[in-house]
Amino acid sequence: MSSAPVDYIARTREQYDALGYDPYRWAERPETPPWVPLTKPVADSTVALLASGGAYRRGHVAFHWNDDTGIRMVRTDEPAVDVRLTHFAYDLVPAREDPNIVFPVDRLSELADEGVIGGLAPEAVAFMGGIYSVRRAEVELVPQVVDAVMAMDVDLALLVPV
Amino acid sequence: MGLVARALEEAGVPTLCLTAAHSITAAANPPRAAFVDMPLGYTAGRPHEPDFQRDLLRRAFAAFTAIDAPGTIVDTGIRWSDDDSWKDGASSGLNNGVVSAEGDTRSERSPEPQYQYDDDRLAAEGA
Repeated sequence: MSSAPVDYIARTREQYDALGYDPYRWAERPETPPWVPLTKPVADSTVALLASGGAYRRGHVAFHWNDDTGIRMVRTDEPAVDVRLTHFAYDLVPAREDPNIVFPVDRLSELADEGVIGGLAPEAVAFMGGIYSVRRAEVELVPQVVDAVMAMDVDLALLVPV
Repeated sequence: MGLVARALEEAGVPTLCLTAAHSITAAANPPRAAFVDMPLGYTAGRPHEPDFQRDLLRRAFAAFTAIDAPGTIVDTGIRWSDDDSWKDGASSGLNNGVVSAEGDTRSERSPEPQYQYDDDRLAAEGA
């Protein structure tokens, strides 16, 4: 029997309060989310990888840590060992040892080869989670991600936060 | 991430959010989510364990088709360990967006690009 999930909202509220910070405001969207049914089997679907662990490639300008709301397009035909990672708020040491734990490009390529998914989009959309302002995330980051995905011919999007 | 998923679905693309932070995902309420009981920073598995990582992703894709109502979070059954003691300290600095009672352990929010290697900086600036 597994124990209950860690309640990060409750813990963060307590910690911010203990530090004298203003309460952190998580995005809350109680209204029913939009919904698009799958039109074909996953095994026939091209999948876009979207990851918020701060991935970039050599040659890119790396993310800065002061609410960088940009995106980086990372080719998926290159192995995870060539992926760079930068982020202000999670432990980068294990992820830099094996980027697949936040940017599972090797595993998704294997699943495409095995036929579990139809294919992996040639580029992943990488960004840096933890944008403090929900408004800035929605106004600056989200439209860029949507445009990048819509510019690719994909059937599904897999989102991997950190 | 939930906001990205909602916007993408609005634009017509089916989405699935992996998540190790159940309460945060429940609040943002994305169309489909698959929970993994892992520490933050290990959403897609343990390092250098490709079988574990593949199993995790297979379960995530199974959730894609299993979920039939918007706003569902399914439990993949993926766990960090049979020993849940990691959860006791799961707010102490290893974790995304979380600060400990001893102080804020996150890195300073510098406005300069934060390269993994100095060589990356040279490659970017020369590009």
